[in-house]
Parts: sequence; C-alpha cells; structure tokens
Amino acid sequence: MKWRYFRQTLFFIIVRTSAFVIALAIGAFLVYIFVKGIGAISWEFLTEKPYDSMTKGGIMPAILGTFYLTTGAILIALPLGVVSAIYLCEYAKQGSMVRGIRIGINCLAGVPSIVFGLFGLGLFVVFLKFGSCILSGALTLGFLILPTVIGASEEALRAVPNTFREASLGLGVSKWHTTLRIVLPNALPGIMTGSILGIGRAAGETAAIMFTAAAFFTAKLPSSIFDEVMALPYHIYVLATAGTHIEETRPLQFGTVLVLVALVLGVDLIAIIMRSYMRKKKRW
Amino acid sequence: MTRALKEKIIKNILFVFALVSIIILALIIIFLFMEGVPIFGTISVKEFLFGTEWYPTYDPPDFGIWPLIVGSLVVTVFSALIAIPLGVLSAIYIAELAPPMIKEIFKPIIELLAGLPSVVLGFFGMAILAPWLQQTFDLPTGLNILNASLILALMAVPTISSIAEDALYSVPHEFKEASYALGATPFETITRVVVPAALSGISTAVILGMARAIGETMVVLMVAGGAAAIPESIFDSVRPMPASIAAEMGEAPFRSDHYHALFATGIVLFFMTLGFNLIADYISHKFKEVGSATL
Repeated sequence: MKWRYFRQTLFFIIVRTSAFVIALAIGAFLVYIFVKGIGAISWEFLTEKPYDSMTKGGIMPAILGTFYLTTGAILIALPLGVVSAIYLCEYAKQGSMVRGIRIGINCLAGVPSIVFGLFGLGLFVVFLKFGSCILSGALTLGFLILPTVIGASEEALRAVPNTFREASLGLGVSKWHTTLRIVLPNALPGIMTGSILGIGRAAGETAAIMFTAAAFFTAKLPSSIFDEVMALPYHIYVLATAGTHIEETRPLQFGTVLVLVALVLGVDLIAIIMRSYMRKKKRW
Repeated sequence: MTRALKEKIIKNILFVFALVSIIILALIIIFLFMEGVPIFGTISVKEFLFGTEWYPTYDPPDFGIWPLIVGSLVVTVFSALIAIPLGVLSAIYIAELAPPMIKEIFKPIIELLAGLPSVVLGFFGMAILAPWLQQTFDLPTGLNILNASLILALMAVPTISSIAEDALYSVPHEFKEASYALGATPFETITRVVVPAALSGISTAVILGMARAIGETMVVLMVAGGAAAIPESIFDSVRPMPASIAAEMGEAPFRSDHYHALFATGIVLFFMTLGFNLIADYISHKFKEVGSATL
C-alpha cells in the first residue's frame, strides 16, 4: 500500500521537475538575451545602416528586408491558404480526395526549411531567372508558411456554427454567397490569428532565404522586388559565423538577436492573446 | 448562366486552389530531382549514399554522404533522448496535474518556445553553450554533437509537448472515472489508462518532433562543428546533411558536380522527413480516437 503512494509521489515529482526545467530554460534564455542585447539597442542601432565592414552602425536595412519578405510571404500564403481551407471545410465531400490533399498539406508542413531553400533556388532563382531577390524569397517563404495558414483557417471555419449556414441557405442564399457573406466574416478573426503565427514563422526563417533572397550586405536599400535584401536572421548568422570580427561584433549580434526575438515573440504573443480573448468572448 | 452552373464553376475553381499544396510538393520533388540527379552520371547511387569520404572541393572530389547521414542521425537520436522524456512528461503535467492557472500560463510559454527562430537558438548554442561546454569538459571545441543535441532537443520539446498534450486531453473522462472507481491511484490511472489510450497521439508527437530535429538547419549549421567524419564520441564534431547543404551551396559553382551533389543530399533529406511524416500521419489516422466506444 505504501509503495503505491510513494511511487506516485516520486512520479509526480519527476513530472513537475521536467515541466519546471522547460519553463526555467525558456525564462533563463529570454532574460539572458534581454540583458545581453539591451545595451546595444539605441535609436541609431535601429535606424542606421551598418558601416566599417559591418562592425559598426545599425541594422535598419535588415529590419526593412525582413519586413518586405514577411509581407510578401503573407500576401502569397493568405489568399492561397484561405481558399484552400474554404474548399476543404465548406465544399469538399470527405473522402479519399480530401484525405489525399490533407496528407499533402501535412507533408508540406514537414519539409525542412533548407529543402524549401533548395527548391526556391531551383525554381525561382534559376529556372524562372528571378535571381536572388525579394520576390524569390517571399514566394519561398509564402509556400513554407502555407500549411500553417491553411490549418488556422480550417480551424476558424470549423468553429462557425452550422446553424449560421443553415439559416442563410434556408433563406435561399446560394452556397457561395453564404460562404462569402456569413461564414467568412465570422471566421475572419480566427484566420487572422493563424496568419499572424505564420508571419512570426516567416520572420525568423533563415535557411529558406539563404540562397533565394538574403544578402551579406547591400550598399543601397532595395528599390524593387528584384533586388537582394538584408534580413535579420541572416544578419545574425553572418555576424556570428563569418569574417574576422566575430568577438568584436558580439554586442551587435546580441542586439540583433534581441530585436528579432522581440519581433517574433511579440507577433506570436499578439496572436496568442487574441486567440484566448476570442475563445472567451464568442458571440455565439 | 444558371445559378447551379455558377456554383459548379466556383466549386471547381476552389478545388484547383486546394490542390496548390500538392502541386508545391510535386514541384519540390521535380526541382530537387532536376538539379540533383545529374550527380549520378558521375558516381553511382550506392557510392553516393554509402561512400565515407566527403571532399567535394578536392581534385578528384569525393561525394560520399555517409558521414553526413550518420551526423544527422546521431544528433537526432541524442536530441530525442532528451526531448522525448521532457516533452511527454511536460505534456502529462499540463494535461493531468497542472492547476488551471498554471496551465493557462504554461501552454503559451511552450508555444513561444516553438516560435523562437532557429538562428537565435543556434546563436545561443554558439555564443554561450559552446564556451561553457569547452571549459567544463576541457574540450578542444564546444561545437559538437552534445551541444547540437541539447539545442535541437529544445526545439523538439514544444512540438512533442503540444501534440502529446492534445492527445492526452482528448482521452474520454469516463476512462479516468472508471479507473478511479476501481480504486486506482492517480499515478496508476495516468500510466495504465490515460497514457495507453493516448499512445497513438504521443507516438505521432514523438515522430513529428524527430522530423523537426532531423530537418533543422541553422542549429546544426552553427553548433555541430562541421567535421564531415564518422564521430567516435559525443564530443566530436559532425556535419549533418542540412548543415552541409547550407554551408556549401553558396560556394559550389553553378551546376557543377558539387552543386548537383548538394541537391542530391537534399533529395535524401526530403525523403527521410517525408517518411517520418507519412508514418506519423498513418498512425494518427489509423488509431484515431473517435469516442469512448472505440476502445
């Protein structure tokens, strides 16, 4: 009898410890990044270009590049993802066809980002002759986050009660109109939340843009979608691994890391808060 | 145009859009093969996969990716040893033990960890963990299998934890109540009833976590050390497949043997992760819990 309870206590201690270890690791990590990075952050750091072979100056071109790439990616992934989800949720008969599409989406979600990078290099940069530029990078990233957007949109569409659809169809409204005017507006907040998570993913992605968009250093800011750009994640990688000034530029590296982490986690946090707010405050 | 016809046309247009994911997947395969297959005009598939020498820039070059495959597998296995217990136990904590308040905070924290960019984790391993490992274990370099496995585990934990938690959460209440009614302790209920009932979901979680670790690029590129040799201890450097592709593609001359060999490495990596994903999909579909009546 005693052993039963001793065993249970022991198990619960182990379970609580592992949860605690994870929370501690994340907490320590974030605090460390903040403490090390905050010293480098200044108005100049955020608004100036790097100079003296990137050992001084700011990261403005990288922030701008990441903004262009993520905006492009979401402009590509959002329409494709929402329309895919509408078909899967509202129109398709559940059968082997839909099952096949779903397996495809799951497999696409599991493709390593470096393979996306190779694919973008092969298709956009080489075959379509776009070269390494914003367009190639945004297309690659857009395809990379497509499964995330589809998943979020499907969940949002499914959360709209069936009675809404039935009421609309019962009034003689066509299926397409019902989807467009009744289902979609009600699902929109959920779709937005999911897309924000996609933006966070695209902003932090490095391997997929290495050969498709990112440049070591650009003298000018990009003027068209066929220009190469600097990007925050790639900037971190370059500063931390290449060149002869690795130790010297450590403060710059920590500063860039802090900016990227704040950006990505900020975006994710907005999505998480929005979602829990919406779950509590359902209108139906 | 009649209304029925219009609806039909719309449905078909939507269907084409829904196929986009499949089309992208097909395009990935086509372009990997288009740029990767020419290497097999130079060496055989067997020499490529099982050759133990990777010296792509030597004259004559060697394109054996066996050390890269071993590198990928080794860091994946070691990260699994850390990430599986941590991920599954934390899922049990969230699903079964945590008070609602802590659960509300803990779940988003895990999601935030999943959202951390891999380059940031790689940077952390490089700038902080590596010097510490080097000092503590008195090593020539802190960039090695151990470092890469620790960081990869940190990346795999949220994947494993959140999917496993979903599985545990969806185990019907009646199961637990029946177990308690028979006099079982919470521990016995969790280990003999809840976990076995959620086993398919937990297996899916583990496989997807491993798939994420094996395909992860920036972490292994920055902290695995980059030595293309079969490792002998966990303090040796390795060069997993993604790291090799990322590090060398920039320097490989366009459409040279080296360039094709890197695409061919991409093919191997792609099919490895595809395999993991198909197995996970099969398990979660085959053993789907449809309700308490299915068990």
